[in-house]
Amino acid sequence: MKKSYKIEVDCANCANKMEDAAKKTEGVKDCVVSFMSLKMNVEFEEGADPKAVMQEVLKNCKKVEDDCEIYL
Amino acid sequence: MNKKQKKMLIRIIIAAVLMIALHFAYEFLGGKQAEDGTVIEEALIREPLWFILYLIPYLVVGYDILRKAFKGILKRQVFDENFLMVVATVGAIAVALVEQNGDYTEAIAVMLFYQIGELFQSYAVGKSRRNISALMDIRPDYANLETEDGFEKVDPDEVAIGSIIIVQPGEKIPIDGIVTKGRTTINTSALTGESLPREAAEGDEVISGCINMTGAISVQTTKEFGESTVSKILELVENSSSRKSRSEDFISRFARYYTPAVCGSALALALLPPLFLLLTGGDPAWGSWVYRALTFLVISCPCALVISIPLTFFAGIGGAGNAGILVKGSNYLEMLSRTGIVAFDKTGTMTKGVFEVCGIHHAKLSNEKLLEYVAHAESLSTHPIAKSIVKCYQSGLVWKTDEKSGEAVPVPDEGIKIHVGDHRIRRERVESVEEIGGNGVVARVDGHEILAGNRKLMDLKGIAIRECHYTGTVVHVAVDGEYSGHILISDVIKPTAAEAVRALHEAGIRRCVMLTGDAKEVAESVAKDLAIDEVRSELLPQEKVSAVEGLLEEKKGKEALAFVGDGINDAPVLSRADIGIAMGALGSDAAIEAADVVLMDDDPARIAKAIRISRKCMRIVYENIIFAIGIKLLCLILGAFGIANMWMAIFADVGVMVLAVLNAIRALFVKKL
Repeated sequence: MKKSYKIEVDCANCANKMEDAAKKTEGVKDCVVSFMSLKMNVEFEEGADPKAVMQEVLKNCKKVEDDCEIYL
Repeated sequence: MNKKQKKMLIRIIIAAVLMIALHFAYEFLGGKQAEDGTVIEEALIREPLWFILYLIPYLVVGYDILRKAFKGILKRQVFDENFLMVVATVGAIAVALVEQNGDYTEAIAVMLFYQIGELFQSYAVGKSRRNISALMDIRPDYANLETEDGFEKVDPDEVAIGSIIIVQPGEKIPIDGIVTKGRTTINTSALTGESLPREAAEGDEVISGCINMTGAISVQTTKEFGESTVSKILELVENSSSRKSRSEDFISRFARYYTPAVCGSALALALLPPLFLLLTGGDPAWGSWVYRALTFLVISCPCALVISIPLTFFAGIGGAGNAGILVKGSNYLEMLSRTGIVAFDKTGTMTKGVFEVCGIHHAKLSNEKLLEYVAHAESLSTHPIAKSIVKCYQSGLVWKTDEKSGEAVPVPDEGIKIHVGDHRIRRERVESVEEIGGNGVVARVDGHEILAGNRKLMDLKGIAIRECHYTGTVVHVAVDGEYSGHILISDVIKPTAAEAVRALHEAGIRRCVMLTGDAKEVAESVAKDLAIDEVRSELLPQEKVSAVEGLLEEKKGKEALAFVGDGINDAPVLSRADIGIAMGALGSDAAIEAADVVLMDDDPARIAKAIRISRKCMRIVYENIIFAIGIKLLCLILGAFGIANMWMAIFADVGVMVLAVLNAIRALFVKKL
C-alpha cells in the first residue's frame, strides 16, 4: 500500500535524512521524500498498520531532524 | 517572504549592524600595542569585556543553530550541519580568545553568512515552488451546477456524471464533458502550451482545465471530477518528483560520505601536522592548524550540493509542463536527454489519423462541381469515406489543378473566404440513392446520374477507369455513365511532421524509425516525405513490441530509445521502450497511465522540444554538480595549506549554494528552446 503525506522541512539534506530515517522504520517497505514538493511517499509492508507505522516514522524523523513535521 | 523568513532577516540585520559597530569600536577603543608588545595606547575596554560584547551579535544571529546543535548532540547526530557550524564558530572564537587578538568578527561573520545562505535558500526554493505550481494552476475551484432557477456554485467533486454544468466566459472548465448549448472559444494553453484558441460548439467535447473565453456554454459531464483530465494531470505532476533521477541519487549518496569525510580530515588536520612538528622538534603552531581544521568544518556542509540538483529537475519539469510536455519524473527527464533512437507510430502520431480528401484527379468537370455532386450523392451514407467527402465539400476548399498531370490539390487557405452556406448539402437535390454492397453509391443529383465508388463498382457498370498511382483510398466518379475522374482520400501527414523529424535529426537523434501496421507502400511513401531513416511496416501490435525490443538491442552505449505513439493500443510498446512518449493524450487515461512523458497536444514537433528541454536541464545539473563539488574541493585544498581563510570557506558554502540555486532556476525557461 502506498500513501502520500505532506511534510514541512527546511533544507534539502534534512529531507534526505528524513528519507533514510523513514526507510529504516519497521513496516516501511520504501519511502521517497521530495524536498521540492514537500511530500513523503511511503510504501508500507504487507499487513502493516499505516497509522501506527507513521507514528514511528515521525518519531524517527524527529530524531534526525528536530525541525521537521509530517502532516498525518 | 513568510513570517519565519522576515524574523530571520531582522536578526541578520541587527547582528550585522552590531558586528560592524563592534569592529570599529575595537579599532578605536581596543588600545594599541607596538610590535614588541609595549602598550602605546591604553585600552578603554579590556578583555573579557570584548568577548562578552561580541557574544551579543553572535547569539542574536545564531541562537537557534546553537539550540539545534545541542538537541542534535543529545540525539547523537554528530554530522548534523548545525553542529558542524557551531563547532566551527565556537572554535574560531576560542582561537581568538587564546591568541588574544580580538578577532571575533570572523566567527560571527561565518554564522551570519551561513544564516543569510539559509534564508536565501528557503526564499528561493519557496518562490520557485510557488512559481512552478502557478504554471500548473489548472485546478478548478468550483463548478456551476444547473438548477431550475439559474445555477449554483458547488464543489466539482460533488457533480455527478451526466449533470449539466454552466461555464461562464473567463472560467475554467471544471469537468470533462460535451457542450449541449452555446458556442465559444476555448483557450487550452494551460494544458497544451498551444496558444491558438479552439472553437467549441454544441456536440463538441471539451476538456477540463481549459479556459472558456468568449461565450457561456452548458456542458453535460461525461466523467467525475476525480476521473477528469485536470485531476489526472494534477496527480501526475504532483507525483512527478517522487521518481528520483540517478543524478539526484548520486548527490545524496555523495553528501552522505562527503560530510563525515571532511570532518575526519578536519580532525586529522588539527592533530597530525602539529604532532608531527612537535616530534620533529619544531613549533607545533596549534592555533594555525586548529584554525585550518575549522575552515574545513565550514566547507563540510553539503547543502549547496543537495539542494541544487532536485531544484534543477523541479524547474525543468515545471518548464516542460508549461510547454505542454508532462514528464512523470526526474528519472525520465534524465533518460530523455540521452535519447539516441526515436521510434514512432505512424497513424495519429505523424499523420492525423483521420481520412481527408487530398486530391481530385483528372476531373472532367470543374473540381468543385465534381466534389459537389459526389458529396450530395454520398450525403446519406455514414461511411467514414463518405463523411470525409461531405466534410471536404462543406469546408469550401479551393482547388488548384496541375495542368500537366491533371491532378488537383487543395490550395492552402490564402484568405479566400467562401461562405459555408454556399456549400450546404441540399437534400432536395438528391433523388433515388442506392448503395451498392459496400462498393459505392448510385444517386441522382440535379437530374444527373452520379456513380461514386471503387473499381469494382465501375467494373460492374462497365465503365473504364484511370488508375491512380497514389496510395490511399480512391473513389472513382462517373457522371451520366461517363468516367469523370477520381477523388483521392488518405490519412494526411501532420503539417509539422517533416519539420519534427528534421528537428530530431538536428538534436542529434541517430535513428528515426517508423513502426506501423499499415501497408508497405503507404508506410514507405510517408517515410520518404518525412525523411525518416527506417520503416517497419505491416506490423501487428505484438510485432511492434518485438520490433522495439530489436531496436533496444541495437542501442549504442548509454543511449536511450524513445517510442512515440498516440496511446491508443500502443500501451505495451510505450512501457517496453526506455521512454514511452504519448501524444495528443488529452482525455486518454490509458495513454497517460502507460507513458513516461505525455505530450498534451498532438504536434510531433514537441518530441524534439522535449528532448531539448531535457538536455538543457541535464546540462545545468552537470554544471551544478561539477561547479559545487569543484569549488568545495578547491577550497578544501587551499584551506589545508592555510591559503583559504574562513571567509573563503563560507563563500564555498553559501556563495556556491546561491549560484547553484540561481543556475537551477534557469531550467525553468524553456520557451525559446
